[in-house]
Amino acid sequence: MKSIEELRKVKEESLKRINLRKDREEGTRIVVSMDTCGIAAGARSILMSLLDEVNKRDLKDVTVTQTGCIGACNLEPVFEVYKPGEEKVTYVHMTLEKAKQVMEEHIINGKIVQEYTIGSNQ
Amino acid sequence: MNIYRSHVLICGGTGCTSSKSDKLQKEFQNLIQKKDLDKEVKVVRTGCFGLCEAGPIVIVYPEGSFYSQIKLEDVEEIVEEHLLKGVVVKRLLYKGAISEEAIKSIYEVDFYKKQERIALKNCGVISPEDIYEYIAFDGYMGLAKALTEMSPEEVIKVVTESGLRGRGGAGFPTGLKWNFAAKATGNEKYVLCNADEGDPGAFMDRSILEGDPHSVIEAMSLAGYAIGSNQGYVYVRAEYPIAVQRLQIAINQAREKGLLGKNILGTGFDFDMEIRLGAGAFVCGEETALIASIEGERGMPRNKPPFPANKGLWQKPSLINNVETYANIPQIMLKGVDWFKSIGTEKSSGTKVFALGGKIENTGLVEIPMGTPLRKVIYDIGGGIPNGKEFKAVQTGGPSGGCITADHLDTPIDFDSLVALGSMMGSGGMIVMDEDNCMVDIARFFLDFTVEESCGKCNPCREGTQRMLEILERITEGKGEVEDIDKLERLAKTIKDTSLCGLGQTAPNPVLSTLKYFRHEYEAHVIDKTCPAGQCKALLDYFITDKCKGCTKCARVCPSSCITGKVKEIHSINNKLCIKCGACMEACPFDAIILK
Repeated sequence: MKSIEELRKVKEESLKRINLRKDREEGTRIVVSMDTCGIAAGARSILMSLLDEVNKRDLKDVTVTQTGCIGACNLEPVFEVYKPGEEKVTYVHMTLEKAKQVMEEHIINGKIVQEYTIGSNQ
Repeated sequence: MNIYRSHVLICGGTGCTSSKSDKLQKEFQNLIQKKDLDKEVKVVRTGCFGLCEAGPIVIVYPEGSFYSQIKLEDVEEIVEEHLLKGVVVKRLLYKGAISEEAIKSIYEVDFYKKQERIALKNCGVISPEDIYEYIAFDGYMGLAKALTEMSPEEVIKVVTESGLRGRGGAGFPTGLKWNFAAKATGNEKYVLCNADEGDPGAFMDRSILEGDPHSVIEAMSLAGYAIGSNQGYVYVRAEYPIAVQRLQIAINQAREKGLLGKNILGTGFDFDMEIRLGAGAFVCGEETALIASIEGERGMPRNKPPFPANKGLWQKPSLINNVETYANIPQIMLKGVDWFKSIGTEKSSGTKVFALGGKIENTGLVEIPMGTPLRKVIYDIGGGIPNGKEFKAVQTGGPSGGCITADHLDTPIDFDSLVALGSMMGSGGMIVMDEDNCMVDIARFFLDFTVEESCGKCNPCREGTQRMLEILERITEGKGEVEDIDKLERLAKTIKDTSLCGLGQTAPNPVLSTLKYFRHEYEAHVIDKTCPAGQCKALLDYFITDKCKGCTKCARVCPSSCITGKVKEIHSINNKLCIKCGACMEACPFDAIILK
């Protein structure tokens, strides 16, 4: 490293790699259901694509984690979005395209994609 | 750059490594690969998490799940359930991480929640062998700021105003030391790091070097800039192989990235450093002895003045600070004087790391703001005394410190309050004692250590401590006389006043402070010939209680044939013949034999 600017750049890039170890109480949490049925329905690729988006868009206060079966196996793949001060939103029958749409409309712009929520799919 | 969805952090401190955490790491990597998760889950070896009692420790992020005492066969369950299916394995969590069925993350566990981590900030969070992880958490930013925005005088001003005091023992103001070294005239100066941690039971410096070695490198570079030095040496004992190895890796990486060496960050400042290994003599923690040892001489102290700031290594001006002191400096640079002064007390700002040991539930490392009452450390963070026993005293400052009794549990801990109680901060060892510890025996134990470690250069320390030990041995063996207590006190005061270096000057402290607070125990030993705590074997007798079933086992193992009794009848011991070997007690299947 030859300059302080270079050090700053390295810092920004490195932080992305280990940001998830920071202690955070605020921010958005996306929890992907990753039990046997979820994985079979393709939850893993969705989890990875969400992570990818978070990283690409540099969304520092968004964490993507996984959980076990939420009991709605026929609706898999499923993920839940927890935003501070909002009710939990559960998205069902997810695909890569739908996940991307949720990312853009809900996570970034704060507008819930009603048609994919569990309430519209029962 | 690959982004992982989950990080598995495995403790690589000395404690967890000795309980085979390296094998755990291999097993995790193995199974993660088998499940095809190696692109999603990263395994990282970190420094010490601090709660050594619960080791080996594994933390899984982003949840912050705190797994404790993990065995090799548990790994598969964690990989299968947690990493693959996302279900936290409750049965393997640390017991303090579960309450009323809710799972707490590592940050919410009492042991961590009640601490304030500055020197240990990165320990257990980053990989010490990856400079990028250190940089990600603001590493080298303090150095960058100083080199580009501040003059050396301004750096010293910040350190001075922060009120930081030496964490190695005596609590000398760090800024003042830096100022002396900066003002000293000489074309060549040295920055030294004292990592010769020798107190029995203290391991904070080792843990910092193992868990966050770059913080020490950054701070030494900063010191170099401040006092006008281009060369540093870390003096660390060879008994710390993991610390030495990680520090060397860190130095190499810093050199590779241009953060050590010539023209650091393009500012024209040069600084490099090397490790010097010590052979583990306690006296080499004394600064002049340490300097002698680096020079290749026998590690013995010399008279001061001249102080190392004027005539140190190779007679050149040298700045010498302890590991933990250095570890505070990058953050003081970055976050400023006001932030640091807002933590701790007026005369002792910041935090202090303590190594909790002895009769305490949570053995390990804790970092707390100065001024925290002892009670909070022992009960809230340390978890109290095991087995429902009564707290008796805590020894701070190891063999150079003294004991603090239950009456003083609410004293706020800082440099000055401990000295006022006849103890000292020392490097931060805290050995907790319960009702079963004999204070005379404790004093004897520490004296035994200092006698062994005295370098022999000055007479008071070489001969005096030896004589004190002999008296203490006499007392614990039941051969003490009433005059011995006064003799002990006189000797202690003389040694304190006349010894050459800190080792001798502080060696009598354990005796003086136990005499001050537990004189009645000494008197019980010499007058009544009893040991109130039931520790000093020579003063105790073995008795057989009515739990005895007359199995004759004890009589058969007794080497001096002093146990008599008929089959199926209660036996008895002839205490005149008994040699107090304890074989009968071990052999008794009914716990019928007691010491009284």
